[in-house]
Amino acid sequence: MNDLILISLVALGLPLVAFVLVIFNQKALADRAHLISTPAIAFSLVLSLYVAWMKLKGLPLTTFEWSMDWIQFGTLPGYGPLKITVGVLLDNITAILMVVVTSVSFLVHIFSSEYMKLDSRYARYFAYLGLFTAAMMGVILVNNFFGLYMCWELVGFTSYLLIGHWYEQTGPQLASKKAFITNRIGDAVMWMGILLLFTEFHTFNYREIFALIYQGLPITFSIFGLSPETTLTVAGLLLFSGAIAKSAQFPLHVWLPDAMEGPTPVSALIHAATMVAAGVYFTARIFPLLTGDAMLIVSCIGGFTALLAATIAITQTDIKRVLAYSTVSQLGLMIMSIGAGAVAAGLFHLVTHAAFKACLFLGAGSVIHAIHRAQHGTADSELDAQDMRNMGGLLKKMPITGWSFIVATLAISGLPLLAGFMSKDEILAGVTAYGKLQSTMQHSVESQPFYIDHNAIAILLPFVGGIVTILTAFYMWRQVFLVFFGVPREVSLFERIRESSRVMTVPIVVLAALCLWIWYGPNPLAPESGWFLKKWVRTSAQVIPPQTAPTYAIVPQVLATDDATHEEPEVSPASSPIPSSQTTSTLDRLPQMPHQLALEAERHTVAPIVGEVAIGSALFGLLLAWLLYMLRPGVASTIGRKLGPLYRFSLRGWYIDEIYEIAVVAPFLFVARGLAWVDDRVVDGLVNATARTTVLLSRVVGWFDRYIVDGIVTLVGATVQFLGLMTRSLQTGRIQTYLAWVVASVVTLFVVIHYVVLAKP
Amino acid sequence: MISQIPLLSLLTFLPLAGMFVLAFVPKDKVLVLRGVTVAITLLQLALAVVVWLNFDTSLAGVNNPKTFQFVERFSWVRISGVGIFGNVAIDYFMGLDGLSVTMILLTTLITAIASVASFSVNRNVKGYFLMFLLLDVGMIGTFCALDFFMFYVFWELMLLPMYFLIGIWGGARREYAALKFFIYTLLGSVVMLLVMIGLSYSTQVMLFSPDTHSVILNPLTHKPEMYHTFSMLQMMNPAAMVKDSIFFGLGTDWRYIGFLGLFFAFAIKIPMFPFHTWLPDAHVEAPTAISVILAGVLLKMGGYAILRLCFGIFPEIAFALSWYIAMFGVINIIYGAFCAMAQSDFKRLIAYSSISHMGFVLLGIASLNSQGMMGAILQMFNHGMISAMLFLLVGVLYDRTQLRGILEFGGLANQMPKYFALIVIAMFAALGLPGMSLFISEAFVFIGAFQAWQMWAIIAALGIVLTAAYYLWTLQRMFFGALPERWNALTDVTPRELVTLIPLAGIIIALGIYPGPLLDLTTCSVNQLVTFVHSHGVIPSVVHGAAIVK
Repeated sequence: MNDLILISLVALGLPLVAFVLVIFNQKALADRAHLISTPAIAFSLVLSLYVAWMKLKGLPLTTFEWSMDWIQFGTLPGYGPLKITVGVLLDNITAILMVVVTSVSFLVHIFSSEYMKLDSRYARYFAYLGLFTAAMMGVILVNNFFGLYMCWELVGFTSYLLIGHWYEQTGPQLASKKAFITNRIGDAVMWMGILLLFTEFHTFNYREIFALIYQGLPITFSIFGLSPETTLTVAGLLLFSGAIAKSAQFPLHVWLPDAMEGPTPVSALIHAATMVAAGVYFTARIFPLLTGDAMLIVSCIGGFTALLAATIAITQTDIKRVLAYSTVSQLGLMIMSIGAGAVAAGLFHLVTHAAFKACLFLGAGSVIHAIHRAQHGTADSELDAQDMRNMGGLLKKMPITGWSFIVATLAISGLPLLAGFMSKDEILAGVTAYGKLQSTMQHSVESQPFYIDHNAIAILLPFVGGIVTILTAFYMWRQVFLVFFGVPREVSLFERIRESSRVMTVPIVVLAALCLWIWYGPNPLAPESGWFLKKWVRTSAQVIPPQTAPTYAIVPQVLATDDATHEEPEVSPASSPIPSSQTTSTLDRLPQMPHQLALEAERHTVAPIVGEVAIGSALFGLLLAWLLYMLRPGVASTIGRKLGPLYRFSLRGWYIDEIYEIAVVAPFLFVARGLAWVDDRVVDGLVNATARTTVLLSRVVGWFDRYIVDGIVTLVGATVQFLGLMTRSLQTGRIQTYLAWVVASVVTLFVVIHYVVLAKP
Repeated sequence: MISQIPLLSLLTFLPLAGMFVLAFVPKDKVLVLRGVTVAITLLQLALAVVVWLNFDTSLAGVNNPKTFQFVERFSWVRISGVGIFGNVAIDYFMGLDGLSVTMILLTTLITAIASVASFSVNRNVKGYFLMFLLLDVGMIGTFCALDFFMFYVFWELMLLPMYFLIGIWGGARREYAALKFFIYTLLGSVVMLLVMIGLSYSTQVMLFSPDTHSVILNPLTHKPEMYHTFSMLQMMNPAAMVKDSIFFGLGTDWRYIGFLGLFFAFAIKIPMFPFHTWLPDAHVEAPTAISVILAGVLLKMGGYAILRLCFGIFPEIAFALSWYIAMFGVINIIYGAFCAMAQSDFKRLIAYSSISHMGFVLLGIASLNSQGMMGAILQMFNHGMISAMLFLLVGVLYDRTQLRGILEFGGLANQMPKYFALIVIAMFAALGLPGMSLFISEAFVFIGAFQAWQMWAIIAALGIVLTAAYYLWTLQRMFFGALPERWNALTDVTPRELVTLIPLAGIIIALGIYPGPLLDLTTCSVNQLVTFVHSHGVIPSVVHGAAIVK
């Protein structure tokens, strides 16, 4: 085992140990639980930094992998050897994300030790944070789908526990349940995708599967009789469904806004920076096997989600719900980017988003905490501490929180000098290039198993990106203006508000500092010359069969020769069912496919103009917000009234929750009640009816027995008795009478024998 | 050394000794009665552990008599020349392979836990424990028996105490539930009896003396003659088929009827839709410990018997009908989950969830590959643990409140924190959370089923979602929110209850993290069974006719 892998495992294990220690000593630790959890995660952060440093600085081109047999079946009849391994895959993405997860987790641990101070389940809260961090590290470290699925579900479980931390109240109860079940839907579909791949390739290992797909799809690879190529598309989309749920993409995004019922630091850690980003990470991980069709669908889902959530965010009044919809929208951008082939840009945005969104959430938490303290024991305690309409002008009272919040807002709206600009610019450039290429490509219908008109859809994606940028700037600055600027709307409350303590502000400031460009590259306006994109993250080559690739760069001949030159001489027999490590190592030297190269070239062309448009859009959104909420504060509500239905449509989140309630939840409950009724009345009714029929039948048989069967017996008896009575009179006891009978009998007998028996016919 | 001890007989009949002891204990010495029973079941558990430690995982068993372990075989009944039936031999024949050894471990563990859980019974305690121990004999015997006749005897033996345990110590509708259970199972048994006699009529072997290996002569004619046998292993042996008898051949109509007859008997036990309605009633009315045994052990007899008898004796029919078995498995999963969702009685909900979980057993069995079948066996074991835990937890609440309605409760999480922690473990284990045992077994069932019956596996995935939905809903309604005034005095789990719950929780988590030991026990046997079924019951390695060698 490689040292770095060992260290990574220790980094994973530390929070797990903290969880075990805390959960079994809740009473003893009480409000000292952070003394165990925080050092554990701090150490874990240090180890992650070390791993990332060694990996990115020293060995950026090497991929480390380590596996251990977990469950061994031996050789199965009709199948071959079967075992399930656990293992670690350590590449650059993993190394970066380890740092992201542990650093945000560390800062949230610190923040929480103040924010949750008075909570009655303080220790349990920290225990869950530890379990979450361990599971999340598992998601990014694991090298196979089975392990991923396990950690994936565990992450969902801890999310459930933490959303429902305040389970005494109705909101968290419902939200936690909704989150888990919605995620379960995605997980179940993803599990089908995993099984589809496993059934064909007999392994769960990512890279082994990629290597096998690269060697060519077997004809047996099929679901519902579809062709192998289409099946690959289906497999990609089934896997992506897990990401749809976890990264809150339409149509399974509904759980994330509700998840804000959990404690705010949890929202920052789980529902903004890490767990929801796991879906993005996973989409990037499975990108090599996404076919052209799958890519298009993925990016359209991402784009639609980004737009949907942004249009909802502009009317929300709850400080956390704005951020929640913002998260959904940003995740949509990342997914759109990965679907469009700009994987590195999507991952870049994941990292920068983790910083600024965690900063925003912790900032919001700081504000909420301050208001709660100000409310304590006063007449204002009825006010909703999360409603932005009760805030205003807080920058004066909470300068540290406020300025950090503003920095993060600058970042998310995509303005230069901040990391958000760099990553968003990259996404927009990638998507624009993709949309342009897709819409100008030549169609070859016969190569596409189910025909989708790429032109009409893909060209919309850049515009979606632009509109989302405007909306993002608008709703984020609307929030800043409503919360931190203008006149205080609740004056008595305002007067009592104080800046949060250092324990809370320091993490916020650190996160705000991480939003600056300098961490990702030297030139704030040229993200791709920065080390993040240039050295650290590289777009992985796809392994799909050439005919399933997006058709905008069809050069089959070139591809064929490419294949020939890059085919590694196999040391191990190529026929062996389980690919050896030599086979998977070729993945690292795999060339980019033609469409990827075309996309890259196109991106360079469009990048300058996209950058300008991006800045323009962001400024436009900012200006609009300033106009509506600073310059003319009354205008916004007037517009809202004028556009009543549209306003409510946005406010209620496109009524999607209501639709699901009617179209999904209600029918399911109806079916459940209906089947329970059938079970009770029909299935069990038949059983009981059989029993009753049997009883009835037994009565009939009883009657028959008594009156017919026994009747016959009685009849026979009676007959005998009657005959007895008749013949009894013959027994007179007088010899003369007997003699007379004898004579009469003999004569009768003689007559009978003579005339009947011996008579000749 | 170990092979000299008749471990299986000891295991099976130890409770009889316990009954003998109990018979001399006065009725009112409740503590002694409990103590003796717990001691007996613990001793039994210890014996099972000895068996487990001495079990050779490289021996397959299934249809090969030479690879069974801990075999005990004596001639029991020899009838020479019974009319057209010929000579009949019934043996006292016990042995273990990978299929049964897991079930033995499960049974002894669940029984030991149930005996502690039985402390809450305080009406006619002596009678209760006598019946309890008799039930124990029947359960272990069923899993040990390799002679169909013996199997049948034990199977029936189990019915009687169960009937009384539900009917006397049960809840309000106990008579109805007990009678329903009894008659339903008996109905299956009658069919099984007919098939068994038919099978015996169709199976004929020479008998060999276990010591001298010489042919045993007919005591009347003093000639070597063929005997009709009830040995399961001979029934699986095509070479022992009587020519032109009822079950002769492969894939004949009569063999379909035979398979379906046996399957019917065992499907009732599993229970399979639509023969499942005895289960919610029996579960709800039975006292806690008996619910635990019902869910933990009795349902598994159905799955075990399908694997051992239906698939072992009629492999080609199993092969032909597996699509339908998978279908019924999926119906069980989905239908059970939906019904569970609509229940308002906590215990009834868990009963329906058992139906749903046992659907995975059927689906795994029907996938006819090692992954699926191993998943099915694991599922039986794991579900035994988890449903036992859930029923114990329901019992804890019922003992305190005499209520089981979900809506009667609320906000218990803070009132009973330990109870809450345990039920979270049990419920999340039951909904298949990774890190808990049931996840592994369901994963294997899916792996197997997806390979064999893609469509059924995909439909079954809906069950994962539904299961999560009804458990979380229950958790929310019973444990979250505000505590109703009247439960202010409700006490948390007592140490005695913890003794029953903690081991289960420990095993559930341990097997979720490392299922290896359990898997190793079954792998070899399952592979053998799969090979056997796939070769349509014709396996060249079985020696013609002369299979009775120790």
